[in-house]
Amino acid sequence: MKSLKELEEIRQRALESVNLRKERNGTRVVVGMGTCGIAAGARPVLLAFLEEVKKRNLQDVIVTQTGCIGVCRLEPMAEVYRPGEEKVTYVKLTPEKVRRIVAEHIVNGKPVTEFTIGAADEQ
Amino acid sequence: MEDISLYILDLVQNSIAAAATLIEVSVIEDVQNDKLILSIRDNGVGMDSQTVKKITDPFYTTRTTRKVGLGLALVEAAAQACDGGVYIFSQPGKGTEVRVEFKYHHIDRPPLGRIDQTIAVLVACNPSIDFVYTHIAPAGRLRFDSREVRQRIGELSLDHPEVVEWIREYIREGIDEISGGGGV
Repeated sequence: MKSLKELEEIRQRALESVNLRKERNGTRVVVGMGTCGIAAGARPVLLAFLEEVKKRNLQDVIVTQTGCIGVCRLEPMAEVYRPGEEKVTYVKLTPEKVRRIVAEHIVNGKPVTEFTIGAADEQ
Repeated sequence: MEDISLYILDLVQNSIAAAATLIEVSVIEDVQNDKLILSIRDNGVGMDSQTVKKITDPFYTTRTTRKVGLGLALVEAAAQACDGGVYIFSQPGKGTEVRVEFKYHHIDRPPLGRIDQTIAVLVACNPSIDFVYTHIAPAGRLRFDSREVRQRIGELSLDHPEVVEWIREYIREGIDEISGGGGV
């Protein structure tokens, strides 16, 4: 069973690591959490982003939520903001697509064009 | 929505939009009276009685970007389909409580689902808000309070990945324990 004591160990470990995630000017991932997004599967998508960030120890990536992004038929959606670059909107997301987006776009800086809203509009 | 934990995730968005700083979510398995009760209570801006009357109308919303607001309408339809209902208590400046009741043994009642994931997502995305989750089952009781977590983690933020993971596992294990691992 999890105990509150473990939280103190987590704190200790985090304090010992150099970066305390104080700088919040890195990449921002915003997942649409309106009723439409939630019903379409936004929760597993957001959890997949969190899991990848943890697994890869991406210290300057913030994963957060917003309401309905506006194109309910394309949910689950997420917007990726990288400093100095244009926002990229991804649509019809799944946890598998998220893993690719994290690896190719967030880590390596190359947007996954086929999952973007632009590609969906062309279909 | 597939399960109750998704309705909760959706309803809490209303509390967040109402600028709440403390959101208390409760799930009560009142098997004796054949009821499953959800309660979402916040200290947000609250509503006047006129607004409360209109709030479950899918064509009523306070936002200006779109003319529909489906969250409460959907949960009300699900509750009514299970011989239950939605009850809203609100006071401007004090906060709101949304109470949803389902008949516990109704064949159409959605399962509780992954409430651990719902609370983890809420905490991870809203680290400045405090969340309390209480689950009362016939076999026991689980309580999670993010304020207690804050005390333990000091200068760390609640959205630290390891803290979020701890919260998720704490709730999952707690629910497994009080439900015998069989799900609600």
